[in-house]
Amino acid sequence: MQDSSFRDSSLQEDSVSKAIALTVNGSPVSTTVDVRTLLVQLLRDQLALTGTHVGCDTSQCGACTVHVDGEAVKACAVLAVQADGGEVLTIEGLARGGALHPMQDAFREHHGLQCGFCTPGMILAGMDMVRRHGHELDERTVRTELEGNICRCTGYHNIVRAIIAGARAMAAGPAVAAAE
Amino acid sequence: MFAFAYHRPRSLADAVGLLGAHEEAKPLAGGQTLIATLKQRLAAPGDLVDLAAVPELRAIALEDGRLVVGAMARHADVAASPLVRASLPALAALAGLIGDPAVRNRGTLGGSLANNDPSADYPAACLALAATIVTNRREIAAADFFTGLFETVLEPDEIVVRVMFPLGGEGAYAKFPNPASRYAMAGVFVWRGAGGSGEELVRVAVTGAGQGGVFRWAEAEAALAADFSAAALEPLGLPAEDMIEDIHGSGAYRAHLAGVMARRAVTRMAGAG
Repeated sequence: MQDSSFRDSSLQEDSVSKAIALTVNGSPVSTTVDVRTLLVQLLRDQLALTGTHVGCDTSQCGACTVHVDGEAVKACAVLAVQADGGEVLTIEGLARGGALHPMQDAFREHHGLQCGFCTPGMILAGMDMVRRHGHELDERTVRTELEGNICRCTGYHNIVRAIIAGARAMAAGPAVAAAE
Repeated sequence: MFAFAYHRPRSLADAVGLLGAHEEAKPLAGGQTLIATLKQRLAAPGDLVDLAAVPELRAIALEDGRLVVGAMARHADVAASPLVRASLPALAALAGLIGDPAVRNRGTLGGSLANNDPSADYPAACLALAATIVTNRREIAAADFFTGLFETVLEPDEIVVRVMFPLGGEGAYAKFPNPASRYAMAGVFVWRGAGGSGEELVRVAVTGAGQGGVFRWAEAEAALAADFSAAALEPLGLPAEDMIEDIHGSGAYRAHLAGVMARRAVTRMAGAG
């Protein structure tokens, strides 16, 4: 990433740190960050939650999509200090023990991925669609809603099918046991 | 990013005080433009004053026959607000076209106006609807607010608090988004209603196309005042040399797109009426 790869000693001396406390995947996290730290850098570099990916780093591709206070955001376009006091949900926080989240399971069932790079963002974006549009999503809605999540492998067909099925499965409630 | 200090004041007065106390301070609203700008080192504010914890900036209400939208109302809030959808459906629809869902969960009305990106959507709505922008200091007519590319009349320690949109008439916004960024390659907001003395008025505001940022298209307004139809716009053309020319499209292409978007907006209104 452009910011973390940049090292300039004069600027390092100027850097300002701030203590923040937030909840990540249900667990409290208290840490101190350089205020320039992006939320995605906090997750990946400090908390080792590398399931959140950095694709474009310009908030276009959606690979870094996570939830903050229940809503999908692009973690490359949010400062960690802005999430102070908030609740963050990443792809690592979805499964319960051995049971995948229904949206995850739908992606597996419908093969809504090839290389998998965009998948965490797709799943969290799909869950945000359910929050706003309910459990019965039509194809047109899902395709429109995916305007901020880019996949270069699949042509989207199976992603759309997975999100429609996952939205319905979320209505059923309990997570589906993963096939191990 | 260049180094900065971060503040999260809990009142508007504190936010204004922080902006006044630090020479190179900048307000942070939703950050969907500012953070990208910081990452590219195109801005170097010494202090960021985050407005997220300032209460009262998010409210959406009807007051004295006007729709009043708080500066920190996010695009998602405006798009989904039953109040906006009922009173100014074209504004709700416009908000739902900005960026993508994750961007709309963060980006704000006030941030968009203060930034005045030449391809932003809200400036077109403010001009076409003759909105009034209320800051901590004064009320500014939209016609006086936007002064050029990324330029407004805002002073360094002036914060947009809310925007007042007059109700009445009907409007529509048609946009041709850039397929990657979702910014407008051309976006046209058309409004038709009654003026101060009851005369019929048409306003046409174009964003995404003009080299000087958002502008009113006077010829289109005159043509539509005489004959409110897409056909009335057919003979008109914007000067290609005044349009933005970049890797995404030539000036001539944008001039053409603006005409198409204007006709789409008019057709939608004629169809609804």
